Amino acid sequence: MSQFTSGFWDVFIAVVTIVSIVACALFLKSQSIRRKPGPADTTGHTWDEDLAEYNNPLPRWWSWMFYITIVFSLGYLVLYPGLGSWSGTLGWSQISQLDDEQQLAAKRYGPLYDKFAATEVDVLVKNPEALAVGQKLFLNTCAQCHASDGAGSRGFPNLADRDWQWGGEAKTIKDTITGGRTATMPSFGALGEQGVKDTAHYVRSLSGLSHDSIRKARGEGLFKANCMACHGAEGKGNPAMGAPNLTDRTWLYGSAEPVVIETITRGRSGQMPAHKDLLTEAKIHLLTAYVLSLSQQK
Amino acid sequence: MKQDMNLAELSLYEVRRKIYPRAVHGWFAGWRWALVWITQLVFYGGPWLTWNDRQAVLFDIVHRKFFIFGLVFWPQDIVYLAVLLIISALSLFLFTAVAGRLWCGFACPQTVYTEIFMWIERAIEGDRNARMRLDKGKLGGRKLGLKIAKHGVWIALSLWTGFTFVGYFTPIKELWSEALSFSFGPWEGFWVLFYGFATYGNAGWMREQVCKYMCPYARFQSAMFDKDTLIITYDRNRGEPRGHSHKHTLASSPYGDCVDCGVCVQACPTGIDIRDGLQYECIGCAACIDGCDQVMDKLARPRGLIRYSTTHAMEGKKTRVLRPRVLVYSAILLAITAAATASLYLRVPLKVDVIRDRAALAREVEGGEIENVYKLQIMNVTEQARAFEISVSGLPGIRVWGESTAGLAAASSRMVPVKVRVPPDAAARGNHPIEFRVEAIGADRISATERSVFMVR
Repeated sequence: MSQFTSGFWDVFIAVVTIVSIVACALFLKSQSIRRKPGPADTTGHTWDEDLAEYNNPLPRWWSWMFYITIVFSLGYLVLYPGLGSWSGTLGWSQISQLDDEQQLAAKRYGPLYDKFAATEVDVLVKNPEALAVGQKLFLNTCAQCHASDGAGSRGFPNLADRDWQWGGEAKTIKDTITGGRTATMPSFGALGEQGVKDTAHYVRSLSGLSHDSIRKARGEGLFKANCMACHGAEGKGNPAMGAPNLTDRTWLYGSAEPVVIETITRGRSGQMPAHKDLLTEAKIHLLTAYVLSLSQQK
Repeated sequence: MKQDMNLAELSLYEVRRKIYPRAVHGWFAGWRWALVWITQLVFYGGPWLTWNDRQAVLFDIVHRKFFIFGLVFWPQDIVYLAVLLIISALSLFLFTAVAGRLWCGFACPQTVYTEIFMWIERAIEGDRNARMRLDKGKLGGRKLGLKIAKHGVWIALSLWTGFTFVGYFTPIKELWSEALSFSFGPWEGFWVLFYGFATYGNAGWMREQVCKYMCPYARFQSAMFDKDTLIITYDRNRGEPRGHSHKHTLASSPYGDCVDCGVCVQACPTGIDIRDGLQYECIGCAACIDGCDQVMDKLARPRGLIRYSTTHAMEGKKTRVLRPRVLVYSAILLAITAAATASLYLRVPLKVDVIRDRAALAREVEGGEIENVYKLQIMNVTEQARAFEISVSGLPGIRVWGESTAGLAAASSRMVPVKVRVPPDAAARGNHPIEFRVEAIGADRISATERSVFMVR
């Protein structure tokens, strides 16, 4: 309601509403009695030469139905927000309704999650009932980025392999879901076009991909000077800071030479959002088990 | 009127004259009672039947499943409700064109419940004259007792009706134990009372006013009438001039067969005089026919002074039953009913929706193969647990990768992630139509196909 910056509109709405209701009641009253004694008047309209229309009041039961709607509307306006800024004696709002429903859901499904929360993750991984619930949570919450099968997509890590950017322990995974992760690969465009290309060839050589051996030799020095801090001397990465292992066959953004060049030139930034405010601890516990189960299937 | 002139303001609403229909017996009353029994045995008894260890007829709105004996309907089957409504409407049109307001007079709940309520009224307060006397009399112990008894029985029956109605939407046996311990949920309680109140108000108090003022069908049914429609008619040629005197017994009586006894008017639940001709208030209940036939029997005259007949017959012309509107209604009705029956019979108790993963377009996997990921929403509409085999077609070498079977509990739905792979170079860049097929293992009639798109980039 931020567009209503003054109290005027609240008052305006309340007045229009009240006046309309009162006017309806008065109009109804005027239509349910006849003004003149004697037999009914006609409206004075004539159709097809001799068809006239009686000017009769409304049937009584009909009038009463209208009066009931008026009483209802007054009761409604007292109980619910409707008159300007009046919030209603029941205190109802869309948010409060959502809260109520969520509380109800928490009460209804709480015991189920509590049962799972009390069980260790490595036991849950083998519990089909827990995994079925975990799968539903995963499809609702995680599948948008990590895909329905958990195998990820470009820029979103594959959770179904055994390669973990941040570590594959149950506790680490739980931390990742709870607090989120921010992975930043800084830009090394300063190395210059040739420098970047040389580095890219060295990086590709680490996982046995085709490369130019002269460029690789030149790139090795550049790698040691610029990349080692995060990716390690051997390029095996560092899960503590989310630096990917460059010697395996897993490529988050792609392994083709132009892609690697782009990664080095512009840097990359990955963001796993924190879920502690979106999911309960018990749900995160269950999701951890499900995510772990993805890579243990094969 | 004179007194009215003195009032400055006068309500012009015509206050309803209470109608005291006289009980009649006969062929049509018998049919009406037969239909009362049939419809009410079905209505009151229906929810107590059991099928497959569950309530046979249950409209489970909370879980969004409608059970009707062996059939389970899901929200996706809403089209059957539409078809049912179309069939009902067309039957109404057809019956109305052929025989007038058959529905109104014999099967409409308003008529049926009014009949039951009037039977109770008659059993407690007596027939027409006794009731009129009772209502005119002063309020004394006897009158109070009878009225309390009548309304007591009415309310009890109404509450039972409301209870039964709710029993179609929430398991009636649980509802019954809740009723015994006064622990209805708020909505159950509300609907029991609401439907009960509607029954009590409509069948006890409103009666013919519902038909005259509230029912939309009463207002448009005349559009379906023509001069060949069977209507309840008074045979003017035979009856007029009306009158009764000893001269009736003479062969040279100046009077027609109508002795103006007024039984037809007294029997009428909507308070009209059928001898004035067809009126929109007439619900076609044929109570006047039964009443008149009783009188004609006593007078040893042929029955049928008031009878089902057509305007054409009354005018001495030929009645045509098979006329274009009857044929058209019948043809459409037959076609839709046949189509609906066939569709129900052939209905596959399995539903599949394919939702392609939107964020992950296509990924390259080992050996340069292209992989797409889908979610299959599989709904097992049967009441047995089943396993389903998922396959895919549409591109050379296309196949489901990894788990390709899914188990589902009885009458449940599940989201199943499915990976689909094609060999490298199987398809050019772009979108390719593919088709999923889900088959119940061990029941080859139960299968469904659903189209989707495979992306290569």
